[in-house]
Amino acid sequence: MKWSAFFTSSVGKKLVMAFTGLFLISFLIVHAGINACIWADLVDDSDNGEMFNKAAHFMGSSYVIRIMEIGLFIGILAHIVQGYMLELQNRARRKQGYQVAMGSKGSAWYRKSMGLLGTLILLFLIIHINNFWVPSRITYASTLGEVTYNNGAPIHDLYTRMLVVFSEPWEVILYIAACFSLAWHLLHGFQSSFRTIGVYNKKYVAMAKGAGVAFSIIISVVFALMPISIYFGWVNNN
Amino acid sequence: MEHYNMNLTLKVWRQKSSKEQGRFETYQVSDISSEMSFLEMIDVLNERLIKEGKDPIAFDHDCREGICGACSMYINGRPHGPWHANTTCQLHMRAYKDGDTIVVEPWRANSFPVIKDLVVDRTAFDRIVQAGGYISVNTGNAVDANAMLIEKDKADAAFAAAACIGCGACVAACKNSSAMLFLSAKVSHLALLPQGEPERKSRVLNMVQQMDKEGFGSCTFTEACEAVCPKEISVTNISRLNKEYIIAGLTEDK
Repeated sequence: MKWSAFFTSSVGKKLVMAFTGLFLISFLIVHAGINACIWADLVDDSDNGEMFNKAAHFMGSSYVIRIMEIGLFIGILAHIVQGYMLELQNRARRKQGYQVAMGSKGSAWYRKSMGLLGTLILLFLIIHINNFWVPSRITYASTLGEVTYNNGAPIHDLYTRMLVVFSEPWEVILYIAACFSLAWHLLHGFQSSFRTIGVYNKKYVAMAKGAGVAFSIIISVVFALMPISIYFGWVNNN
Repeated sequence: MEHYNMNLTLKVWRQKSSKEQGRFETYQVSDISSEMSFLEMIDVLNERLIKEGKDPIAFDHDCREGICGACSMYINGRPHGPWHANTTCQLHMRAYKDGDTIVVEPWRANSFPVIKDLVVDRTAFDRIVQAGGYISVNTGNAVDANAMLIEKDKADAAFAAAACIGCGACVAACKNSSAMLFLSAKVSHLALLPQGEPERKSRVLNMVQQMDKEGFGSCTFTEACEAVCPKEISVTNISRLNKEYIIAGLTEDK
């Protein structure tokens, strides 16, 4: 079977969604891990974002990671484009709808709303990339300060950027709302992607479902706690 | 349960042919017995329509005992009506009470065009089965039942998948009009049995290709299909189908 035919059948298109989705899930773990360094301040009052700034610097310092970053953008774009194409194609399969909709009988709302939840996440991503990625990679000369640790070379002070962004209540609310969208998107997407790539054994499906619920909640709470802990001064309170 | 009679308001989709526009027609039916089946209730209405010189409501039905897959009504927002694991013909009027309004629609999907009223063309399913939902054998004397040993669990799982009656409720319920529950039942049924082994890979590839040609949507695992399936076909079969597709697609040359 040709690769083009393999990935363009109705099952193949879903495989693209599942593989890119799982890839993005793995990215979320890295992203949450790096960002969690802001909480080093909780155990060490003198940290003041040093661990986070160093970790963020590392994520832009080597060619290996910069190439992976390109892969990440390709993955995100593929997930978005394929997602919208599937949503439009699937919607067009029923030109005449029902008088009485089935609603949530037999299927929870978020399972049927992946397009909507994905769109909300996409809108958030545009703001989020503009908040942090653009300053750190493109406009750093005018938007970011620099710090020096242990007499080393000066590095971008993304930590201060976080403090500035999350001093705005509307940004904090927006980030928390995005975390809700992410939680519901993952709640379906995590387990569904495993089933799309052919995991059918009961014990593994149960694992994917259980891990999916845990992952969706934990990752969203961790991300939501970042703007919250900065806004309420839980970190950098000295 | 005690017997009772009821008066009902029916809103039924009427459409003269696939080429004409359809619309809802409202009918009042009275003295409907709680012991009637849903189709018998429509029969009563149709007899009255015939006596009045009107066109009776066209609907698919055959065995009327829940095993043929012919009946196909979308009742008050659910394929085959409110009962779980049930076909329209086995839905009984005790599910309703006096004064209820019931909206009856045909299956809605581009791949299931309306032929007349509540009858839709489901030959797309036949063409999917023709694309590979069979095993090729030379006929002759019946083979001894014990000549090919099959593990009991596998036989049970294959039988559970083979219980699919091809009614199309999965497509009707799916927001994507996906036929994956149907297809996965047909593929799983044979993939689980040694008899299905020789054509295992070409079967799944050909059947998926035919399903796409027929214009059904993709599966997004909303599980609405499983919730309405009269034969309780599990969505686990869809995961199995995906596994079969990946292995066949990655290893078959043609």
